[in-house]
Amino acid sequence: MRFSTFVVVFSAITLPVCVAHAQDTTRRGVTIGLTYDPTSRPGIAVLPATGAFADSIRTIIQRDLDYSDRFTLVPLESADPTTFRGTTGAGLNYPIFARLGAAAVVQLTVGDGVLHVALHDVGKAGVMNVQDFRIAGRAYTRDWRMSVHGASDEVERWITGLKGIAQTHIAFVVGHRIHLVDSDGAGDEATPVSGNAMSPSWSGVGNQLTYATFGTTSRIMVYDLRTGHSRLLHNATPSHANLTPVFSPDGSSIVYAHADDDGSDLYLVATDDGAPPRRISVGRGTDNVQPSFSPDGRRLAFTSGRVGHPEVYIMDADGTNAELLTSFDFGDKNYRSDPDWSPDGRLVAFQSQFADGRFQIMTISLRDRSTKLLTSEGSNEQPSWAPDGRHLVFASTRSGGRELWVLDTESGRLRQLSRAAGAELPAWSPRLGSSASTTAASRP
Amino acid sequence: MTAHSRAAARSISIAVVASIVVIGACHKKPEVAPAPAPAPAAPTVDSAAIRDSIARAQAARDAALARQRAYDDSVRRANEAATAAGDQTGLRNTVTAVVHFDFDRSELRDDARATLDAKVPVLMANPDLTIRVAGHTDERGSVEYNIALGQRRAASAKRYLTERGIAATRIETVSFGEGRPVADGHDENAWAQNRRDEFEITAGGSRLNRPRT
Repeated sequence: MRFSTFVVVFSAITLPVCVAHAQDTTRRGVTIGLTYDPTSRPGIAVLPATGAFADSIRTIIQRDLDYSDRFTLVPLESADPTTFRGTTGAGLNYPIFARLGAAAVVQLTVGDGVLHVALHDVGKAGVMNVQDFRIAGRAYTRDWRMSVHGASDEVERWITGLKGIAQTHIAFVVGHRIHLVDSDGAGDEATPVSGNAMSPSWSGVGNQLTYATFGTTSRIMVYDLRTGHSRLLHNATPSHANLTPVFSPDGSSIVYAHADDDGSDLYLVATDDGAPPRRISVGRGTDNVQPSFSPDGRRLAFTSGRVGHPEVYIMDADGTNAELLTSFDFGDKNYRSDPDWSPDGRLVAFQSQFADGRFQIMTISLRDRSTKLLTSEGSNEQPSWAPDGRHLVFASTRSGGRELWVLDTESGRLRQLSRAAGAELPAWSPRLGSSASTTAASRP
Repeated sequence: MTAHSRAAARSISIAVVASIVVIGACHKKPEVAPAPAPAPAAPTVDSAAIRDSIARAQAARDAALARQRAYDDSVRRANEAATAAGDQTGLRNTVTAVVHFDFDRSELRDDARATLDAKVPVLMANPDLTIRVAGHTDERGSVEYNIALGQRRAASAKRYLTERGIAATRIETVSFGEGRPVADGHDENAWAQNRRDEFEITAGGSRLNRPRT
């Protein structure tokens, strides 16, 4: 654990001013002097900003920092903004922020296509990091929003050593169409992908989605987010049903399920369409679907009905050494499915049916097979991990209709992501470093 | 000539007698010959083996008879339905009649078998007729696993028909999973209606022949 060397636990509430500074031992160029402890949520304030669309940019960054679940957002609305400036240079009136409970203050200056971000360490009473972020495109477009999210993620990295997950998308399905939405729920848009689309899944670098279509022309497709075009993966599309495609982490292949009159099995096909698909599971007439790669690409979790009902299994990526992962003793209905391997490789999230017929999200540890129940309200299905391995998105009926919700698995905090009745099959993208997001960092 | 039609030709007289005498027994499941018992001790081998052999032969005869009765019965019912509804509509309804399933299962229930039995003679009498079997599920469970389950349900019906002499090339299968419900509710009544195979005529259905025994 990267924070174990820190000796001082920072608390925004009880130690507002006299923060003892640990040696700055964070790696990868992290320069902030704040001592971040993952179990606490240090207070952070974002100063009112000036410039074009500055209020919107501030709102997005505040929301991103809040949704990271690593900070406590300190509202400034009750304070007098004329008192924020310090008496000298670029400094702030740090005692004011200390009294408000902020350990860090984010200062935004919006220029022509550039967002200048300064991060102040209240305890050290100084500027700890600055960077210019290029803001792409017209205001409120997807690229524009994504570049603002990129700034949020950097601020989070400066403080915690871990990049945030604001600059990501969630792909999902509404009415057999694939939608994309930002991680904060903004900008829900249907993609041009239509026609009985299901099961979107991201490529490792986030520039492509693979998905399946169902019905009489069931296909495995690859959608390029830059061009907006879908292509048919020819070799993966014989007759009958083709479903649940996923990219291998290195992007060289796609594993999907093909169901015919003899059950369904998992197949592996090269993404360059160079060779016919190779069957990798041995279902012997049962159903074997929903592959999910381990982050190193060496193993697969999947759902199989080989014991007569769906359970989650793992096997090597070549199909050998298949073994049951989930066991029968939690919950009294025999139905577990929809595995998603966590980005840190430690857990598999899945859905399990309980006595009342509803499904709940659970995780199981690869190390000791210990399980954890994460949901209880409504029916909760189809979990997908965020790239931080901490947040999960899933479909839930807790608000009535089926919507997407985001759960912070560490704090248990929940938020509703989608506002589209019937949203399902969410897939959280990897971090999407937008091509226009950052310019060279300048450090004090 | 298929084995089935040979059997049919040979046993018309049996069938006539049978249909008069034991029409009520038509739904009876064919009896299955018991698995051969392990060889008993030496002195009783002969008599036991003979008894077993007689029993097996009898069971096989009974099973063949029961199959023939079931076939004749389905012909009769198909024709009755055709007559009742007007020939073409009735025959078409027989071919497209829906079969239903239990939750998370693809095995055919007795009512599904009876519905499929009725399709066999119409398909036999119309060799150009091709169909598409579409498997559907209810809304519960994994939406993706349900695509596979729907495919398996369609395959169950296809296998049942091909085992009764219908060429596999005449039957296409497809799955819609839970994506095309016929009932909108969220209760067992709606779920039961939605767990189904639908049968669509894809070719050769413009003028259907009545089946003959």
